[in-house]
Formats: sequence, C-alpha cells, structure tokens
Amino acid sequence: MECLDMTKVEEILKAYPQNETSLIMVLQDIHDTFHYLPCDALKKVAQELQVPFSKVFSVTTFYKAFSLNPKGKKIIRVCLGTACHIRGGSEIIQEFERQLGILRSQTTQNQEFTLETVNCVGACAMAPVVVVNEEYHRSVTTIKVKDILKGEKNED
Amino acid sequence: MKINSLKDYQDVRKQLLLLEPPEQKKILVCCGTGCRAGGSLEIVHRLEEELKAKNISASIEMVVKKPGCQGMCEKGPLVWFVPQGIFYCSVKPSDVIEIVEKTISKGEVIERLLYKDNASKEKIAHYEKIPFIFRQNRLVLRNMGVIDPTDIRDYIRVGGYETLLEVLDKKRDPDAIIDEIEKSGLRGRGGGGFLTGRKWKACKKAQGTRYVLCNGDEGDPGAFMDRSIMEGDPHSILEGMILGGYALCSQEGYIYVRHEYPLAVKHLMHAIQEAKEYGLLGENIAGSSFSFDIHINRGGGAFVCGESSALMRSLEGKVGEPRAKYVHATDRGLFDSPTVLNNVETWANVPLIIQKGSGWFSKIGTEKSTGTKVFSLVGKVKNTGLIEVAMGTTLREVIFGIGGGIIGDRPFKAVQTGGPSGGCLPASHLDCAVDFDTLTKAGSMMGSGGMIVMDDRTCMVDVAKYFTQFLIQESCGKCLPCREGLPQLYHLLQEIVEGRGKREYLKKIEELAQVLQDTSLCGLGSTSANPVMSTLRYFREEYLLHILDKSCPAGVCKALTSFTINEKCTGCGACMRICPVEAISGQKREKHEIVQAKCIQCGSCYSVCKFDAITIGKRS
Repeated sequence: MECLDMTKVEEILKAYPQNETSLIMVLQDIHDTFHYLPCDALKKVAQELQVPFSKVFSVTTFYKAFSLNPKGKKIIRVCLGTACHIRGGSEIIQEFERQLGILRSQTTQNQEFTLETVNCVGACAMAPVVVVNEEYHRSVTTIKVKDILKGEKNED
Repeated sequence: MKINSLKDYQDVRKQLLLLEPPEQKKILVCCGTGCRAGGSLEIVHRLEEELKAKNISASIEMVVKKPGCQGMCEKGPLVWFVPQGIFYCSVKPSDVIEIVEKTISKGEVIERLLYKDNASKEKIAHYEKIPFIFRQNRLVLRNMGVIDPTDIRDYIRVGGYETLLEVLDKKRDPDAIIDEIEKSGLRGRGGGGFLTGRKWKACKKAQGTRYVLCNGDEGDPGAFMDRSIMEGDPHSILEGMILGGYALCSQEGYIYVRHEYPLAVKHLMHAIQEAKEYGLLGENIAGSSFSFDIHINRGGGAFVCGESSALMRSLEGKVGEPRAKYVHATDRGLFDSPTVLNNVETWANVPLIIQKGSGWFSKIGTEKSTGTKVFSLVGKVKNTGLIEVAMGTTLREVIFGIGGGIIGDRPFKAVQTGGPSGGCLPASHLDCAVDFDTLTKAGSMMGSGGMIVMDDRTCMVDVAKYFTQFLIQESCGKCLPCREGLPQLYHLLQEIVEGRGKREYLKKIEELAQVLQDTSLCGLGSTSANPVMSTLRYFREEYLLHILDKSCPAGVCKALTSFTINEKCTGCGACMRICPVEAISGQKREKHEIVQAKCIQCGSCYSVCKFDAITIGKRS
C-alpha cells in the first residue's frame, strides 16, 4: 500500500471550520484529490473535526459520491436515467461489461477503467449518455461503445 | 467596483450598455452541457481564432459569447447570430471557416446548417420563427442562451439586480414582499406545489435566525431544468434568494447543488464572487443596512437529499435521512432554526414577480397554477430540449406542437412526468392541461419538470420496474415500508417480466402500493408506488399480456421476446453490422437470418432496420 500524502489532507482540513458541518465538504475534497477515501485520511478527519469515526464511516457509506476503494484511471459512467433507459441505456452498460470483461462498479485489473452507472447526469436530450471522466458522449449506440474505448486507450 | 445605491447601479448599467449596446452584433454559441458534448467550446475557440486571423472583429465588431443552454439540445451545437436572428443547428468545428467567410463577412445564410421543420419540411433561417421557440413562453428562461453566465455585466445589461436595488432604495416593507409573492399564487416548482408565499409567511412568524435555502439537488432522472438554470443564468437565482433573504430578514443562504453537476457549482461560485465584488452580496448590500451571504454546498450523490428534511441534515454534514414532518422546516429546519427551502426555478421566478407585480404574474397560467413551468422534454420525441410554457398548456401542445411529435412518427404511447414519484399518462390524456392539480388528479404529478415521452417500443411494465429499481437504490433505509416494501414490489415485477407472473400478483402489487403510500416516512417512500400504480391503471392490458400470454408487445422484456427477420429483408446488412454478438448472418442482397441461440434480444437490429423487416415475437 502506497504511503498517503497526509499534508494534502491537512491542507484540506485547514480550509474549513473544524466541526461536523464541514464533514461532507472535507470528504468531497479528499475524494477529489485521491479519487477515493483512504482509511487513514478518514481517521484524521474524525480526529480533527471531532466527529466519532463511526459517524464518518456512516457518512462515507451513505453517499454515492464516496468510494472506499481506489478507482481506475478512467471512470466510465453510463447514465441510466429514464430518458437514457428508454433509449437503450441498459444495452450500453451491458456492451461495456462485455467489452471490458468486468461488471458494473468494478475496475479492470490493469486499473485502467472503472465502470459505473449513474441515475441521470442531466443531459437527457442527448440520451443515451456516457461520461468518461469529464467528457460527455452523446447518443451512444452499442457500436459506439467500442469506439469510445478505443479512443480512450489511444489517448495514453 | 462597488455599487452603493440605485443611482450607482443605473450609472454602471448605462456605462455597460455604452460599451456593448443591445444592437451589438454577437455570435451566441450555446455552451450548455448538450452543446459542449457536441464540441461547442471548440467552435468558440476556432471562431475567435478565425475572426482574429481575418481581422474581422476589428472591422465589424463581432463579439463571440458563450451563453448557457438555448434549449434545442437535440440539434446542438447551436450558433445564433444576433441581432440578425440567423440560427444554425448541428454545427461542427469544421464549419467555422465557412461561417466566417459567408455569414459573418457577407451576411449569407448557409442553407445546410439551418433548422429543418419536421412538419413543413422547410428550412427556417430565423430563431424566432422556429415553432419549438415561438410556441414557448420563456420568462424564467428569458436570459438563457443569451447572456454569458460567467459575466455579471451581461446580467446587469439586461436589467438584472435592478429589482433588488429598487427594493433596497425604496426600503420596501419586507412583509409587503411576502404578500406580493403570496398574491402572485407562485407555487413551489420542485414538485410539491406548495404556495411559496404561505411558506415564507410561516417562516417569518417563527422566532430565531432564519435561513434561506435553494434546492439544486435535481435528482429526478430525466430532468435537467435546474441544472440548466444554474449553469446558464446563476445571477437570477442569487437575486431571487437575496430578495427572499430581505423579505424574511435572514442573513444567510445556502445553495445545495447535486454532486453530478460540477459546471453548475463552478458557475454559481463565480456568480457569488462577482456579486460580492459589485457589492450586491455580502455585508451592507448596495450601501444599505441589509447583509446577506450565500454559500454553496455540493451534494453527496443521494437522491433522497432532494427531500427537504434530508437536504437540511446533509447541509449539517450528516447522513441525509428524512425525518417526520410534524414540526415544519419553517419552524425548525436547518440547525433547528426557521428555514425556507425553495427550488431553483422558484427562486428564479421571484425577481420577475417583484419587478412586474403579482397581478401580471397571476394572469399567466391557470387560476390555481399561475405562471409558467420549465420542462425538460426528452425521450422518444423529435425536439428534445429545455422548454418553458404557461401552466395549463396541454400535453399535446408540448409534445406535438413544441416537441414536433414522436421520433420516426411512431405511435405515441405514454408520457412520464414527476420522476420516480410521478406516473405515466396514456394517449387518452394528451389533451390534459399541464398544471399541478390536473396532473395529480390523472394519477401523475407535476414534479420538478421532467417530461419523458414514450413510443410503442417502450414497455410499461419495464418502466415500472425501472423506477422501482431506482428507488430501491435511493431509499435511505430509515423506515421499513420503503426499505423492505420496494424490494418486494421489484420482485413481483421481475417475476412478471421474466414470464413467471401470476394473475394474483397484480392484487398483491396493489396492496403493497397502498401500504407504501400509507406508512412511509417521507415523500420518497409514500409516492414510490406511483409509477407502478399509474401504469397498472392505464396499461393493465400490457401487464396481463406479460402474465397470461407471456409476451412483451414492445419487445423489451428479454425473457419474453424474440426477433426474427421477415420477407421484407433486402439484405442491406445494416442489422448484421450493428449486432453486438454477431448473431445475424446472410449474403448481400439476400434475406438475413438471426441465430436465436446467439441472440441477446438487445433490439439493435430492430432499431436500425429501415425496411420493417424485423419482427418482434414471443420467445418460444
């Protein structure tokens, strides 16, 4: 396990008032920095904000924005909002599963891709939508899935 | 630059208008999320480069702007020339050189980039003449797609913050503002439809530090109105909240923005910063004794946090679990203090009402649902996008008038409103007026404004199952009916779509739905059976076909469906190319075949076939 850069956590903590109200915002910033919530960082947060560790844990597991496991370099989010669903979103996620050989919420062995579903990204007019990191792909078809993956692999 | 009085404001505005008068030639490149995905930022970049290279910006003084969503997301990226009004759709970065050479330099219209009307099949050159636009009543969306959301000067140019300055200048009685909102009949745009003025009044009566909150946790799948307003016109929300803060004698406000909307957070943060620089937010607003500050909180990705009491717990840094409502948030809300929580669109309505008066507002819409409503029109409709219509407009006008009808002119089957708390209405309800009470009576609800159009290729049992699954994932787990009832409901629906359904299941579903409605703690649970109940009410036949005939007429439920190729096949090979599992074989120009053992019933071949050569049948 790689060593955690605690100074980053401390910097984040400094930016907020040291109480429970800041908890979610602090966790969000830590998540943005490390792409997941490392256990040591959570312990530090609990200590500094004077919130029981169990409560920190309960918040991290309640909200979908937080992950306790490291994620792949690229996060593929397949939208399964209503508009995407009726325009074939579930076929798109299945095609990604087939192509990547993993199931939803899993990460490929080479830590390249994490496959996730999301309940609507608010881009319904372009359904079905796939978001890779911050990039939106509109009107995705099962054929386009291969192209998206090819494009992402070529970027490296 | 601080604005210290109404006079200051008027001077600043005059100066800004001199710098960029209304007749200023502008190229408005839509930078809403949809158009960004289509490459609109690249278009802006290339336009600027090209104009610079040709030294055009100096000679014709053309300004390129990056406004928020212009609404016609389906046809994006959109480019709009004002004041000429020429409007281009589906523009690609590679079109830029031609646009600069023809339209900008010579004023010529490029035919191929114009909007093609579905009904008349004619090309329409001007923005205002497109039915999708002129059939709307854009009040809340008045600035959308026109002003640059990251530039407060644009908002001031169109008269933004003037209402606030006038209120402060005249030292208007805060209670009179609440009265005005109440008289206007404005009802909460987040879904519940509670009278905004009455909510404010109740909060004003309570003692203690008052908080003003904006609910930007737009979680309904199929809805993006709030996202677009936060991204495209953030100052109108701020102005509404500051006016609300003034009326309620509050000093602090929060905007709770959904985790999935990073651009909305960015634009709101920027708007707050700018408003503070101009002295329109913070200590002693515009030189008055009134101080008000607004904070932004990002959500954690939990649908239930759109529920008022859960949202407040989340703002406090806690797990977003709702609580029982015997004590109202207006008495004890955020930090147990009196709190007013309104939706993004509601706040954006406030400056308009104060500016133009309750009399003006209440004349729009119907008697009990005044004003307009913004909808995201999506699904199997031709013109998907963001629209605004007066309350009381019929579903037919929205879907066929503005939306242009169903994709591929297939039969209309249903329209879903109200998100996971709403329901599906069939064709017989197309002439139903869109307002709070009529939709509720029909078994659906207004909700926040997602409107999802469905055609004959949508299975209503599958839709009901979809929403139930969504709600299982999003249930917070606090109360038993919702936590345990929804999985049971899902199980019954799953049995039906997999061909193991029994007739008595329908009765069980209805009983379960009643329990959920009667005993759940919060709105999420108590309305969670609505999608199932409304589809059962209007599409019972379809449920029975699944159960008794073991067939899915829409060809969606995989266990009940098979696809075969019929005699109409021309052997074009389109289906063969799209099939993800290579289950289709055949020689060119000869009838193709589907190998049933390989077929995964994804329906791709059906969607791609232009000759009606794929038949949906029962699974043997």
